[in-house]
Amino acid sequence: MSATTAQPGATAQPHGGAAAHAAEVLAAEWHKIRTVRSTYWALAAATAFNVVTAAVLGIVLPKTLTADQQAGMHDRVGLPLGGLHVSQIAIGVLGVLIITSEYSSGMIRATLSAVPQRRLVLAAKTAVLGAAAATAGLATCYAAYFAFQAFLPAASPLQMSLSDPGVARAVAGAGLYLAVLALLGLGLGAILRSSAGAMTALFGLLFVPTLILALLPASWQATVGPYLPMNAAEALYTVGAGTGHLKHLAPWAGFGVLCAYATAALLAGFILISRRDA
Amino acid sequence: MIEASGLSKRYGATIAVDDLSFTVPPGSVTGFLGPNGAGKSTTMRLILGLDAPDCGAVTVNGRPYTSYRRPLFAVGALLEARSFHGGRSAYSHLLCLARSNGIGRSRVGEVLDLVGLDRAARKRAGGFSLGMGQRLGIAAALLGDPGVLILDEPVNGLDPEGVAWIRDLLKSLAAEGRTVLVSSHLMSEMENTADRLIIVGRGKLIAQAAIGDLLAAGPGSHAKVRSPQADRLAALLQAQGAAVHRSQDGTLAVTGVSTDAIGELARANGITLAELSSRQASLEDRYMELTRDTTDYHTAAPATAARK
Repeated sequence: MSATTAQPGATAQPHGGAAAHAAEVLAAEWHKIRTVRSTYWALAAATAFNVVTAAVLGIVLPKTLTADQQAGMHDRVGLPLGGLHVSQIAIGVLGVLIITSEYSSGMIRATLSAVPQRRLVLAAKTAVLGAAAATAGLATCYAAYFAFQAFLPAASPLQMSLSDPGVARAVAGAGLYLAVLALLGLGLGAILRSSAGAMTALFGLLFVPTLILALLPASWQATVGPYLPMNAAEALYTVGAGTGHLKHLAPWAGFGVLCAYATAALLAGFILISRRDA
Repeated sequence: MIEASGLSKRYGATIAVDDLSFTVPPGSVTGFLGPNGAGKSTTMRLILGLDAPDCGAVTVNGRPYTSYRRPLFAVGALLEARSFHGGRSAYSHLLCLARSNGIGRSRVGEVLDLVGLDRAARKRAGGFSLGMGQRLGIAAALLGDPGVLILDEPVNGLDPEGVAWIRDLLKSLAAEGRTVLVSSHLMSEMENTADRLIIVGRGKLIAQAAIGDLLAAGPGSHAKVRSPQADRLAALLQAQGAAVHRSQDGTLAVTGVSTDAIGELARANGITLAELSSRQASLEDRYMELTRDTTDYHTAAPATAARK
């Protein structure tokens, strides 16, 4: 009697090399992200906050703002992207959980026993999360933009077009910002291996430096300010040069700074994951 | 075949595994036995490359575990702690692991049938009982139909039927020529399952042998002798080089001479024997004796504990 297979050799081992194996690990991580509820909660929350907020603002603002106020609005594209303040939290949580839930559940032991090439596992997670968050980010930000426009009266001075200077870049930039934020969350999760710790670190990094900076001298605000994560992100998804002493970086420079934060966190994660005990 | 040599692992001030060397041969069930905290789980984590040893090395079929691409085909492991995400179904959990090693969907169905989880396959694993969780872990271990199986306390949480199932499974896996290493802190679980034992205490190797050899080597086997002339017999036996222990009821526990020799000695000296029997120490006794000095947590003797 064979205890484990109906027919011996029923599970033939694939003979593909490193590339084939990488594709298998990628498929596994893709299956993982698709089969937990937290993914759907995070995506549903991001969609709801982005699109619903934009639609509500599209309905309410033309009635509450005077024509002069509407015409004098600098950063009009900031209105359809108003939901970003909350949706960024949902996407950040998604990025953190994709790795910390493995540690909290113990799944990481099964994962790393099945794939002892730990950096390959983290790389597959990075790819899958990056693709999912970029798709969700871009889709919901564009949906927010169109929802806002759809609810505005046709003659509203708040109407804009994707061909207006900076508008298409700001909408796409908001989507890309969400993707990079998710990856920053993944990197912090890989470093800290605790959901609570990584979320605190992520949102601390996002909100706290901006608060502290406001207490510092003007020269600091001007020199350090543009490089803070939140301000670099605003450079990417707003139209305008910033307020007060704070001058935004150029949009894509801001994107570069964001990517540098995420890259640094992921790099530390890649180094630590293969050095530490699982 | 699993080979460990000079394996050591320290966590902070605690030495979990201390210069441990052993071999787990194919074709038999090897019991990995030791009191709680003896370093069994740590050793298994070292074998699987989840933790890195401070010193020494361990190989599976001559290769370090971490050098395997698609290791599920070579080694299947069930770790003591839960290692699945409670939000995923049993089927999805197994498919995640299968995918990462290029194993197809049909095999997932097969192992679910094999461990008796086919009807619970689509339920969230978070709602599983301890026993169902163990079955899911065993299903994961069998995914790649591996030649080496490493199971940490597999009967934990299983009902009697489940325990019997595990025993049969382990034996049939070994009979197919596979290497089976199974840990436990209870000798009673191993007596009927294992062919060989590796006994550890406080991270150190205490014994490594086939079950029969382990028993034979024990000083626990002795001859029980009852005689009206016990004092004289004891003196004669001691003169012959035997060790004699006299218990309160007057019976003698004799080691170092055979029962044949004791009978002959009594007859030659005109001593009456009321009882002469050979006592085999049970494996349980042998295990207790071997690990007595190494358990981390001793309980007070019942008499002392009961005293107010």
